[in-house]
Amino acid sequence: MKISTLNRILLFFTALLASYQVAAGVDGMSVIPMLAYTIGFGILLVACLMLIILGYDALESPTVAIISTIIPLSLSLGLVWEYLPSIHIPYLLFTLMGLLSITISRFIFSRQLSTLILAFVHGTAGLVIFILPIVVSINRLIQPIFIFVGVGGSLIGIGGLLLYFLKTGKPIFPRSIILNVFPALMFATTLAFVVGFSAFIK
Amino acid sequence: MRKIIMKRILGEFRNIFSLYWPLTKSLQTGLLLLTGIAGLMSARCPIIHWTTLLGLVVSLFLAIAGSTIINMWFDRDIDARMERTCNRPLASGKVSPSEALRVGLVLSLLGVALAIFINTLYGLVVFTGLFIDVIIYTIWLKRRTAWSIVWGGISGGMPILAGRVLGMNQIDGVGILLTIAILFWIPTHILTFNMRNFNDYKSAGIPTFPSVYGFSITRLTIALSSIISALSIGIAGFWIGMQWGFLRVLGVLSAGLFVLAIMSIRKPSDMLNFGLFKYASLYMLTSMFLLSIYIR
Repeated sequence: MKISTLNRILLFFTALLASYQVAAGVDGMSVIPMLAYTIGFGILLVACLMLIILGYDALESPTVAIISTIIPLSLSLGLVWEYLPSIHIPYLLFTLMGLLSITISRFIFSRQLSTLILAFVHGTAGLVIFILPIVVSINRLIQPIFIFVGVGGSLIGIGGLLLYFLKTGKPIFPRSIILNVFPALMFATTLAFVVGFSAFIK
Repeated sequence: MRKIIMKRILGEFRNIFSLYWPLTKSLQTGLLLLTGIAGLMSARCPIIHWTTLLGLVVSLFLAIAGSTIINMWFDRDIDARMERTCNRPLASGKVSPSEALRVGLVLSLLGVALAIFINTLYGLVVFTGLFIDVIIYTIWLKRRTAWSIVWGGISGGMPILAGRVLGMNQIDGVGILLTIAILFWIPTHILTFNMRNFNDYKSAGIPTFPSVYGFSITRLTIALSSIISALSIGIAGFWIGMQWGFLRVLGVLSAGLFVLAIMSIRKPSDMLNFGLFKYASLYMLTSMFLLSIYIR
């Protein structure tokens, strides 16, 4: 299926937003969150460029499942590192082990088991991104606008689910609808993240 | 009456422009011009000297466009034999060869003369680029060896060096690194074209990397070149004191290039190869933009 001009434009603006976040949005943070957010938004940036260049064929690669998990994992790691200092080492271990097990399970375990591991790791990271900003904002630890990071978290969760069903061959919507909506979803997700993270900019 | 004459002159001008503009390979010339601007801006940013910038743009455009037309003039027989290029104005006979050669020579001379007038060292670099491109690459080596692309790469790296020299009034380490970056970026461009149009080049009798060393060696060369190019730009960016934010963006884009290069070696395919080529071009464009706007 060919990618439409409107969707290419949306992906281009998503790439611009992601590069802005990498360039300016993480200044002044400590090393691990800065690294984590750079990886998360960096992957988003490169993914958008690949979609613009190769079209939807880029989604056919078997590495998509792994790469799409790194985004929520790294973003959630950054959030945990900043707001839940008591568990930052266990969460770092969860992130690394999660990524490792997703990668390895695709080669040695059955498809069902590897999907289960992916769903667990992806789901946990997604929940952290969704809930933590809301809790932090309600407790007034940061400006209320930070709640948008949670909105981005929920949107990325929807995107991940759509991609997952598409990859497993059991899409809940027709393939053409999912692919047509995907760039708009990526744009909305990134916009919500950028708006939310603007709470850090002094 | 005057209106009719003006209309005829304008029509004639439009006709000449439509024939000669494709001869300058506007996209390639534009990208090389951009590298020259980035070279200058890397030395002076954020202070812009508009007269120097204008001088650079005009002189480089004339020199690059002129040398490209001379190359087209020399290669018109090959172009006529290749499907991809047989419709070019010289190959298809829409422009007379002697007229094209004259235009190419005049533009080149004007470009080099203006460059020397602006700054002698800058002018010498522009002349070196033109000499390597036309004499060494196109006339001497292109039809003899697949390794001619190295010289094509060196000449492609001259605009960015020229820009840097104009800004610094000397040849420095950063300038050489930026030249290396372009030198190694050019193979990703040319070799991808060589593979995509393999039969065309073969029928035209041009020795290329894919025809001499095979596709897998060529893919490996493209991947390694992309990595060296990305590393050179990254180091140059760090050296000139680019902001950390911009360096992070460069790092992210370089990582993307690195992953694509590795993938194209491990699981080669036409799609991936084309993706790498496009990504490398986009990478170069973005790096030049970042080099131009960075703030110390």
